[in-house]
Amino acid sequence: MADKIATREAYGNALAEFGSDNRIVVFDADLSKSTKTDNFRKKYPERFFNMGIAEGNMMATAAGMASCGKVVFASTFAMFAAGRAFEQIRNSICYPKLNVKIGATHAGLSVGEDGASHQAIEDIAIMRALPNMTVISPADAVETKYAVKAAIEHEGPVYLRLGRLNVPVIYNESSYKFEIGKGIVLAEGNDAAIIATGLMVSAALEAKELLQQEGINARVIDIHTIKPIDADIIVKAARETGAIVTAEEHNIIGGLGSAVAEVLSENYPVPLVRVGVQDKFGKSGKPDILLQMYGLTAADIAKSTKAVLKKKAGR
Amino acid sequence: MKKPEIKDLKKYAVKVRKHIIDEVYSAASGHPGGSLSCTEILTVLYFAEMRVNTKQPLWEDRDRFVLSKGHCSPALYAVLAEKGFFPKEDLLTFRKADSYLEGHPSMRYVPGVDMSTGSLGQGISAAVGMAMAGKLDKKDCRVYAVLGDGELQEGEVWEAFMAAAHYKLDNLTAFLDHNGLQIDGRITDVMSPEPVADKFKAFGWNVLKTDGHDIEKILESIGQAKDCKGKPTIIIAETVKGKGVSYMENQAGWHGSAPNKEQRDQAMAELDKVLAELEVE
Repeated sequence: MADKIATREAYGNALAEFGSDNRIVVFDADLSKSTKTDNFRKKYPERFFNMGIAEGNMMATAAGMASCGKVVFASTFAMFAAGRAFEQIRNSICYPKLNVKIGATHAGLSVGEDGASHQAIEDIAIMRALPNMTVISPADAVETKYAVKAAIEHEGPVYLRLGRLNVPVIYNESSYKFEIGKGIVLAEGNDAAIIATGLMVSAALEAKELLQQEGINARVIDIHTIKPIDADIIVKAARETGAIVTAEEHNIIGGLGSAVAEVLSENYPVPLVRVGVQDKFGKSGKPDILLQMYGLTAADIAKSTKAVLKKKAGR
Repeated sequence: MKKPEIKDLKKYAVKVRKHIIDEVYSAASGHPGGSLSCTEILTVLYFAEMRVNTKQPLWEDRDRFVLSKGHCSPALYAVLAEKGFFPKEDLLTFRKADSYLEGHPSMRYVPGVDMSTGSLGQGISAAVGMAMAGKLDKKDCRVYAVLGDGELQEGEVWEAFMAAAHYKLDNLTAFLDHNGLQIDGRITDVMSPEPVADKFKAFGWNVLKTDGHDIEKILESIGQAKDCKGKPTIIIAETVKGKGVSYMENQAGWHGSAPNKEQRDQAMAELDKVLAELEVE
């Protein structure tokens, strides 16, 4: 297996790497060692501000700073960004369309031992419902790096969903290209399409291998931008495979699965099975064990692919 | 900028009050009480203090203003229109579907509005961010904000206060529009934020008190705020909710309701009388 790096680590490294741009300012809420914004602080201490354990204030302060021409990355755990500070993000950042980039780390169950109170499984749903918001959920370290770069260049609010867990690096930096709103076909196949985001992308690639052993040829698509969603790549997959599985480390309500369902039902309805957290809270435990307990493994994706193929055959 | 005469500022304040009544009357909704209580503060800031450019509302070296109590948009719009950011006749489109004058201020739609506000507690945080940006860029521009006293019940206000003192934002001056009333009644009955001065001091701010309807005293307080180094200043402005319209004064009921035709005419008559007296002086 390839190297494993957490997307939060790649995020902190990217901020440090692209931080020479004087417009960039980084805020954190007493979690800089965990969100890895400390990597930026070490290089550019004058443009790093610890805002303390006060996420609501941090977001609205970031908005004020962005209104003065800065590109502000405001970081905390996804739970306290999308959750605690939702209304500041809505009214002070999204409504005036300010250049605040929310670096939300520790998203999903893979937070692990800290348990349900710290495992955001609804943040995609909350953030994608906001006008003017772009929602990005990178799959690996390479994608994260270029997502940060794109977020800097993008005019307006961005929500970057990042993880705590070390995850496989699936992309080769020399050939990788990131474009907001454009999904990536990682593997071709015409029996079914697995559309995944975040750490579920590498699981989807593993699932493809498992399915291949049974003679099933699945397409694998990485949807790194959940909003604006790449409707073209989804409709094309629906048309060419006739069966879709979505995979996300998020509640199946309101996240990637819902976004894909919206595109399919309005454009090209085909059978769909959503792999994700089945509308329940997480718990403490080792990340890998939790992903198994909640049905978020390659085997679960493979099983759901077979289920969707049955639905397709029964049409 | 040439300092205007006190008498002129007083006249502006009356004109602003007249606009407030007309805006709320024509919209048949809005918040006259708190708009009338912060009228002198906004008048002094825009006509005697702040460096702004009506031709270039987004001039980057301008002073900034954040109306943290965003529901008092009628006062802000009135001052901005009098100042020349947009035509005064537009004030009568306030809160209408084809107008850019939203019920609560939007920086994207209204020339001269520096921050979209309306959800209490967030404006002061944004002002803190602006002051931090000013410090970071070593600019001499100043940031002003007006808070309501009921607004102090929002926890975010205190987070913002903590941050402003922590980062020694002496380029930030906040006004507390201390009219003592909120929608449901007296602030001390609903959820008392008192003693406010002690709390602000404990949060590390330079605390000044003034009569929020006395233009000379407001000017004097702003001067003192500018002289204070190393910490942000809050000016506790004692005010009367509904100030200048007899039947609205000190009535919580006028927090968010519009006058009818008869009430509008009475308010205008009262304000016109004050304006006429100022003309004679």
